[in-house]
Amino acid sequence: MKKNVFLSALAAAAVTATGALADGHGGATLAAVKDRGSLKCGISTGLVGFASQDANDEWEGFDVAVCRAVAAAVLGDPTAVEFRPVTNKERFEVLNSGDIDMLSRNTTWTFSRDVDLKLEFVGVNYYDGQGFMVPKELGVSSAKDLDGAPVCIQSGTTTELNLADFFRTNNISYQPVSITTASEAQQAYLAGRCAVYTTDASGLAATRASFENPEDHVVLPEIISKEPLGPLVRHGDSEWGDVVRWSLNTLIAAEELGITSANVGELSAAPTENPEINRLLGTEGNLGEMLGLPADFGAAIIQADGNYGEIFEKYIGENTPIGLSRGLNAQWTDGGLLYAPPFR
Amino acid sequence: MADLSTNAGKVAPFVQTEIIPQSPPPVTETGIIKWVRENLFSSIPNGLMTLIALYVIFQLLSLVVPWLMNGVWGTEGEGPNSLDECRQRLEGATGGCFAVIRERWQQLLFGNYPKDELWRPTVTFFGLILAALPVMFVKLPAKLRLFTLVFPFVAFWLLWGGTIWVPILFFGAVILGYIAYSKLVGNSFFLGVLGFLAVVALTAFFLIGPISSVLNGIIPIELSGVESRQIGGFILNFILGITCVSLSIPLGIVLALGRQSDLPIIKGICVVFIEFIRGVPLITLLFVASVMLAYFLPPNANFDIMIRVIIMITLFAAAYIAEAIRGGLAALPKGQYEAADALGLDYWQAMRLIILPQALKISIPSIVNIAIGLFKDTTLVSIISMVDLLGMIQQRIFNTTEWFGVYWELLGFAAFLFFIICYGISQYSQWLERQLATDHR
Repeated sequence: MKKNVFLSALAAAAVTATGALADGHGGATLAAVKDRGSLKCGISTGLVGFASQDANDEWEGFDVAVCRAVAAAVLGDPTAVEFRPVTNKERFEVLNSGDIDMLSRNTTWTFSRDVDLKLEFVGVNYYDGQGFMVPKELGVSSAKDLDGAPVCIQSGTTTELNLADFFRTNNISYQPVSITTASEAQQAYLAGRCAVYTTDASGLAATRASFENPEDHVVLPEIISKEPLGPLVRHGDSEWGDVVRWSLNTLIAAEELGITSANVGELSAAPTENPEINRLLGTEGNLGEMLGLPADFGAAIIQADGNYGEIFEKYIGENTPIGLSRGLNAQWTDGGLLYAPPFR
Repeated sequence: MADLSTNAGKVAPFVQTEIIPQSPPPVTETGIIKWVRENLFSSIPNGLMTLIALYVIFQLLSLVVPWLMNGVWGTEGEGPNSLDECRQRLEGATGGCFAVIRERWQQLLFGNYPKDELWRPTVTFFGLILAALPVMFVKLPAKLRLFTLVFPFVAFWLLWGGTIWVPILFFGAVILGYIAYSKLVGNSFFLGVLGFLAVVALTAFFLIGPISSVLNGIIPIELSGVESRQIGGFILNFILGITCVSLSIPLGIVLALGRQSDLPIIKGICVVFIEFIRGVPLITLLFVASVMLAYFLPPNANFDIMIRVIIMITLFAAAYIAEAIRGGLAALPKGQYEAADALGLDYWQAMRLIILPQALKISIPSIVNIAIGLFKDTTLVSIISMVDLLGMIQQRIFNTTEWFGVYWELLGFAAFLFFIICYGISQYSQWLERQLATDHR
């Protein structure tokens, strides 16, 4: 018993010390990144389209592009990123312990994560939502027809809770078939272990695209949850939070303003007629200085991988095997939800 | 006999005088037909079972054979470089998409090890074979074992890089320790071992760091450093498997002897340790190594994850091996112990010369059993974000845009690699048992 008390006291002391250390780093993440010459970015251990490793061990994907944008803004070099793949379970602990500078890992922005876990979501880079996929031959047109169906679901995720809520509110029943990974889900679904597969709509699209005959399967119209995914940083360092937030906003605003990787060189060479483009690209005003970044940080971000729309098309858009349409992730001018605050 | 020869002349006339030429056995009693009748269709139920089994085998083969034979490998230049392209090549026919193995074999075998440095783990692998041979086959010249002695240091340097002086100095520390051992072993074997460990630990902790940086300043011989996080794929399984098995056997012997000891404190410690480790799943120990230990170390302590995992797996395997060896010790007739005492040998002499050689021989099958199990258990590290062969497949390659949807090809490849190694170990142990068989059976 005595030993127990001693051990827990020791553990508590260690936790406090770690917390204090993280806070101590707090105001200085930007300086630390500049000193180190590289950004430590937490990403998924592997998620189709969002973070994956190519044959040369290079990370690429939609979430990875956000890391690269921040590295381009702060260090002028989109390759100056140390990627740290983190699992679902450890992601917040790793961020809070100061091991990584930011997390860009398809993480849903929720109240408790923002407030209770002492994290700061800087924005949304993908609006997702949970959906259902069924074989076409089942003849189902709405998720409400799924009474009693075996449903493949990733255990231990918010999708599991959403599913339970949905079936309870609609007063129908289901049999959960627990699986752990996307590829396992795909196999289980194909083998007929479950009649329905539910996960985020982006994941459903990727899974459906990987089938030999995608047209034999349909994604039902119901979206039963809101999953705003975005990059996040620790509480307590607002300057660093601003850097990540406005790097993301630069990607979004650049698309709205028509700045692409093709014309960014031309537009940033000399001031143009549009003052907002000038401010964003650093040819006018001192936005970069306010953030503690070089004046041309915006130009560096767009040069890295293009604007939001280009990144979307490159990694998850309609010309990729995943084939996601913009949907909610279109600019507000096109009926989507992307709306970057003004650069002023 | 005499009787027969005297009667030779009175042979009855109806008795055949010459031998009938041997006729071949009936067709049903010979060759393949007999074998089939006796083994496959000896009775109606057996015949039915045979037919069912044949049908199942046929079904399996008709699935697997076209998949294997029709598989798409492709070439470096032309692809296919994604599942989609694979399917276009197959045009609807059944066939595996083995192109993924062709494209990703480096990641499967070496993880994220720097691509320019792949010769290092390759050389280490062949070095390992060279180093293992003289230990595995006693008849090879004993001098080759010197290489085995040096190999761990060479392997460490090749795999992790850095300055060459660290492994050289560590080797020096081991030699110093050996000198201490040979000075003390005259008094007692136990004291000798203690002296060896003390000298090695002290020099390693206090001297190697400063001296190696000074020496490296004078004569810099360096390989580019590789972080443990970059080492992955099958070599990670290999490193963990080989290191942990070779470290856990001596530790297991010590624990087994400790458990049989008459000294209550030593016995108590060993019993508690073994029972505790055997009562806890390996995965729990791995989680402790990866997450919990951080709470007990200073915040910035850089205690390499690989070392933490090696320690945990070694402790785990040692507890099991200790029990296997205890079985061997218990199986020895009491007369062997008494004979050793009667010869006037002290405890360590008796153990080294009489008891352990016999007990270890008895325990070979179960030790090998544990070693094979342990080698396969190294795949568990993929859960604590070390990317071994299985982690590489499940976390990385399964989740790339190009290969999402490829499944059996990669897992089959992993199974194939593991089968080769495990089957090899098991065959070797059977050979070893035959070699060491000195009893009269």
